[in-house]
Amino acid sequence: MSQTFLGMPLLPVFGTGNLHASESFPKAAHRELGNAQLRANLGHATHTIRDKRLQVVSELPDWEQLRDAGSAIKESVMARLPELLEQFEKNFTARGGVIHWARDADEANEIVAGLIRETGETEAVKVKSMATQEIGLNEYLEEQGITALETDLAELIVQLDHDKPSHILVPAIHKNRSQVRDIFLREMPGADPALTDDPAKLAAAARTHLRRKFLTAKVAVSGANFALADSGTLAVVESEGNGRMCLTLPESLITVMGIEKLLPTWQDLEVFMQLLPRSSTGERMNPYTSLWTGVTEGDGPQNMHLVLLDNGRSAALADEMGRSALHCIRCSACMNVCPVYERTGGHAYGSTYPGPIGAILSPLMTGIQAEENNSLPYASSLCGACYDACPVKINIPDILVHLRGVDVDSKRGKKKIPTQMDAGMKAASWALSSGKRLGLLEKGLPLGRLAAGPDKKITKLPGIAAGWTQSRDIPAPPPQSFRTWWAKEHRGPDADGGPMPSHNKGDQP
Amino acid sequence: MKIALFATCIVDAMYPATAKATVAILERLGHEVVFPGGQACCGQMHVNSGYFKEAVPVIANHVAAFESDDYDVAVAPSGSCVASVKHQHPMIARSCGDRALEKRAAAVGAKTYELSELLVDVLGITDAGSQLGSWFPHRVTYHPSCHGMRLLRLGDRQQRLLNTVRGIDLIPLPEPDQCCGFGGTFSMKNADVSSAMLEDKAANITATGASLCSGGDASCLMHIGGGLSRQGSSIRTLHFAEILASTEQHPAQIAGEVQLLSGKAAQ
Ligand code: SF4
Repeated sequence: MSQTFLGMPLLPVFGTGNLHASESFPKAAHRELGNAQLRANLGHATHTIRDKRLQVVSELPDWEQLRDAGSAIKESVMARLPELLEQFEKNFTARGGVIHWARDADEANEIVAGLIRETGETEAVKVKSMATQEIGLNEYLEEQGITALETDLAELIVQLDHDKPSHILVPAIHKNRSQVRDIFLREMPGADPALTDDPAKLAAAARTHLRRKFLTAKVAVSGANFALADSGTLAVVESEGNGRMCLTLPESLITVMGIEKLLPTWQDLEVFMQLLPRSSTGERMNPYTSLWTGVTEGDGPQNMHLVLLDNGRSAALADEMGRSALHCIRCSACMNVCPVYERTGGHAYGSTYPGPIGAILSPLMTGIQAEENNSLPYASSLCGACYDACPVKINIPDILVHLRGVDVDSKRGKKKIPTQMDAGMKAASWALSSGKRLGLLEKGLPLGRLAAGPDKKITKLPGIAAGWTQSRDIPAPPPQSFRTWWAKEHRGPDADGGPMPSHNKGDQP
Repeated sequence: MKIALFATCIVDAMYPATAKATVAILERLGHEVVFPGGQACCGQMHVNSGYFKEAVPVIANHVAAFESDDYDVAVAPSGSCVASVKHQHPMIARSCGDRALEKRAAAVGAKTYELSELLVDVLGITDAGSQLGSWFPHRVTYHPSCHGMRLLRLGDRQQRLLNTVRGIDLIPLPEPDQCCGFGGTFSMKNADVSSAMLEDKAANITATGASLCSGGDASCLMHIGGGLSRQGSSIRTLHFAEILASTEQHPAQIAGEVQLLSGKAAQ
């Protein structure tokens, strides 16, 4: 069949790169749950950050108003994104920067590799960045013969161990200090064989290693937390100061940033600088905030590039119910409070974005049909802790439910044989949409009692319900339903409205 | 006041004692309770599993059963089902393009209360012992279910009511705000994670030394109770309505009729 070219790119363009799970969440979770060390580390780390966050958040009397403001600003950004992007491009270019537009991960990777190649360098230092992880930049550069060196301590640990980050803020949350020492001894050139697992000693070893790199690097690659449209300014918020080194010392600076990171004005930054540190590290203020506006002659990088990355963000924006997932400022509060993340860790989510936000953002960016990402929206008990913690009030539970609906609908009519879940839901819909039908079915309750046997509990069920009985019993059903009792035995209140009419026949409550 | 009882499907079929207790409390206060016979289920299981199309008839049935003007307020002994009626019903009707149903559902939602909300906010109950005659001489801990806590913002209403029951020894539960891991079909689709959550909840309950765990949602209590039972624990679960309904003349049967018949009533 021939295709007619209509002169328009197909919309939406879904994201590529490290956004896909390679196995379903329940399967990955099953494996990760078996890792006792991981669970202990994660439990400890998430609980500590949780308590710190609650403490500093409770100090601000206007925390809820700040969240409302953050949410409102982000909503207005999404509504005027094209206009703000153009405004930003104009200002960034006027100050000596160069803008590149990347539709997906491949395009972004090629652009960055090309820019590094132009400098003649084969090594680049990196500021911790989610966007470059999302597109798999390090791996791509390696294929191109370019070494990208992570300079954030935790990222460095993960990189040296040839592992993947498991938390967006604390990438090595799944490793403890003796594991870190072993990694340093094994992978860090020139590491002192007498190195202990004392955190200060470990940090000092990393510092010596990194200093050498900072002083010689000619190219740095970064992400950005915010971009201010009215001035063309970029911002990076960090804790260690290693980012500041990368942003100021090398001659060339290449930044990769998702298009949703824009803020309209400098003034808007005030809201987010209060929301972000408190929500992420539980600090009142983060140690290092770097802001840069174009090239300043004789000071800092003289070549400045920004790759504006779509990679599925437009697709997420096109989903009316899901688009607020793009409000995310990557603080990680939602994963720190999430009871599912706490037990499975980040790797179970497959994508660069783990936890509750990952469970909505990844399928929104890749499309729900992508590989195993359709299992992500189900990776939640819908307890709502993430929504309460989110500094920009993303209603993650509602979006999870919405995406479950999209998933179910996307499969309708495509399956030859309905799944057990499909059949069960259809039957339940019939039974539960009429009091009469439910009442008739409840007449069968005594049968369930028979099935439960003498100890009055059901301990094994077949099919999908076996998931329930793997760790829980079901009580035997009562001899009659409430409905039957009401019809047969409850006479209603006495004429004088006296107390306890329902007990006038000796019924127990 | 004329109060329409929404028993919820799980209470109607599995825990009738909870609905009977709700009726007993309200009638004790002199109110008339009616039971709209057309009612069945809030449809939350369908909605939360992504089966919106299948949820619509369930929601429409609930709206039809409760939209009469013949009562003042509706009440359900469940935070989760009330949250579904208030938030999900209009949302699903809208997303399925039924504006008329959305409007009717919103009207029903506005008249629907969770039991502790009705007791505290509308009926002015501040002391269960003196106002309801509640008496329950047992060591009890209490798990606040997620949807009541986060979707309805019930705060400590249920706990305050329990605290004022005569004779009760209410022991605080460590990490009360942590989900028990139920989550409807989550407990089957992600059974491993759900079980890990339940394990921690059960350990916290056991650590209190209580003989009973109370709460406001039969579904969570069935989940917690099912886990405790599997572990061979003697700790039972009991809806807070049954504790409030319990009096010296008519003490509650611990763990309701289910355990009663297995000969494991009060200790
Ligand atoms: S969704 Fe909200 S809480 Fe989670 S990382 Fe993003 S901003 Fe933070």
